[in-house]
Amino acid sequence: MTFLTYLISGLALGSVYAIIALGYTMVYGIAKMLNFAHGDIIMAGGYVAFYAFSKFGLPGYLCIILSIIFSTILGVIIERLAYKPLRAASSLSVLITAIGVSYFLQNAAQLMFGSDTKIFPAMLTDGSLKLFNGQLTISYLTIITIVTCIIIMVGLTTFINKTKIGKAMRACAEDKGAAQLMGINLNTTISITFAIGSGLAAIAAVLLCSTYPSLSPTLGSMPGIKAFTAAVFGGIGSIPGALLGGILLGIIENLTKAYISTQLSDAIVFTVLIVVLLIKPTGLLGKKENVKV
Amino acid sequence: MKNIFADLFSKKNRSRTISFLMVTCAYILIEVIMNTVGMSRLFKSLLVPTCCYIILALSLNLVVGISGELSLGHAGFMAIGAFSAVIVSGLTVSSITNDILRLVVSAACGSIISGIFGFIISVPVLKLSGDYLAIVTLAFGQIIKSLITNIYLGFDANGIQMSFVTNTLSLEGGKMLLSGPMGATDTAKISNFTSGFVMILITLFVIYSMINSRHGRAIMSARDNRIAAESIGISITRTKTLAFVVSSILAGMAGALYALNYSTLQPAKFDFNTSILALVYVVFGGLGNINGTIVSTVVLYVLPELLRSLQDYRMLIYAIVLIVVMQMTNSAKIKELMEKLGKKIFKKGEVKE
Repeated sequence: MTFLTYLISGLALGSVYAIIALGYTMVYGIAKMLNFAHGDIIMAGGYVAFYAFSKFGLPGYLCIILSIIFSTILGVIIERLAYKPLRAASSLSVLITAIGVSYFLQNAAQLMFGSDTKIFPAMLTDGSLKLFNGQLTISYLTIITIVTCIIIMVGLTTFINKTKIGKAMRACAEDKGAAQLMGINLNTTISITFAIGSGLAAIAAVLLCSTYPSLSPTLGSMPGIKAFTAAVFGGIGSIPGALLGGILLGIIENLTKAYISTQLSDAIVFTVLIVVLLIKPTGLLGKKENVKV
Repeated sequence: MKNIFADLFSKKNRSRTISFLMVTCAYILIEVIMNTVGMSRLFKSLLVPTCCYIILALSLNLVVGISGELSLGHAGFMAIGAFSAVIVSGLTVSSITNDILRLVVSAACGSIISGIFGFIISVPVLKLSGDYLAIVTLAFGQIIKSLITNIYLGFDANGIQMSFVTNTLSLEGGKMLLSGPMGATDTAKISNFTSGFVMILITLFVIYSMINSRHGRAIMSARDNRIAAESIGISITRTKTLAFVVSSILAGMAGALYALNYSTLQPAKFDFNTSILALVYVVFGGLGNINGTIVSTVVLYVLPELLRSLQDYRMLIYAIVLIVVMQMTNSAKIKELMEKLGKKIFKKGEVKE
């Protein structure tokens, strides 16, 4: 039974990683850049939800919607101001800019909200479900997290595969030049990608902060690195890969924490990642690109 | 005499001569200021770390700029060098009484151990490419940090004792060298600015000898066109491994210098942010540009300290500088403007002659 408890909480943690990893993987797929500021958008979303709930007393669902709207706008603004002028630049310049944006967001948050850790209120729910005569306890939050992740996955896959914008995204990911020749507006498509990724980051922020109820300006960096790892683990650029990578990473992390060692969990998670990449160099579900001469 | 001078400033050697001149002049200038006018404690405390970061950035430039592979885990090598040096220095404190000799021995051990790790990692890792390689180096950096955080090591009359994850050591009058998350405590401070200067010279010597050698040209050709390089018989894996191992040795040396400058050092110091910081220095200075790396490291490392009077705003300003410079250097309009400006200056020069 305890194993099942750890497995389920690992699944929930993995769902959060998967939602964040989606942001990384979509942006990478289309703009071919590692958006290091993604983790800090999570932090920004967390703070918006926190203040909406504790200062203005808005109901939980409104806080989440507000947080999503704010993060989406923030993501698009960052893309327009910082990344768009660098479309033709080398990938390393873009990477450094993303790091600059990340520093900027962290320090701006520190100035605005202070560097102290804030206790995130239980805005969603704090009950739990008891099964098998109370032997197995699952909090509603865990269920909400997993269900949210499933809904997002199904919704996003449908969106990418069925709608016109989704088709444009896939076209841009495959060949930017050809997509533009077909009349697809590259800038709009990239902006939409950033908007979706950042909106998802806000959802992840609320779920993450509800599970681990502490909020600080550096909140986003570690989940950001983990989710990025998850995206690579599953094959960066692939949406099902982000789901698989995120969930596997969450489960591995939780089980190592429970059965092997809390202190060594990071080392073990990253070792598994290296081993997987050595066996399958493009991640679990990644496609191999052939280099043409 | 004139010949030697011309040779030093010939196209091939110009960068090397400028590097050595710049570093030596800076060293002499700082030493003179320190011994005549005096220097504030803040600046004195910045000298050795600046040297460390210069060495780290130069070593990273070897991988990112010259070999063309992105590494996000160089702080890991620095950590290995740092804590190996602390251990060696702590163990030999009674047998080698000369501080300089002990520093040399510890730094050499730190570099070699870091180099061995560099080799072990490079063999499987360099089979990957691009972002996958970057993520593996990132993972490696995290693993190293996480492992060192869990090592407890000390020695007493019975010899060296070590435990992992939990501290089970019971020393009889001995000394703890590494104590888990607390890291190294009570290390003898044996590195100083002069040793940092000498290590920078060693680093420059190694890097320039490498770039100007057959191996260096092979490494750069593999970066510029992998397929073409392979087709003329260059072993890509071997050349990249060479660059990676040399780079990890130098990073280990930087770590040793850093660790032996402080009496306490926590493993958390060598986290992802340190790797990123070094990468920022390298990209800022220009990929593959040695002099640029040195200047950008000094400017970017000292800048936040100079802005200390602005307190909370300093990192914000730092971030904005980072973003703005990246936008400027990549903007077509500004490039055009610079070219025009350059032409004007050039024309003026012609008229004078």
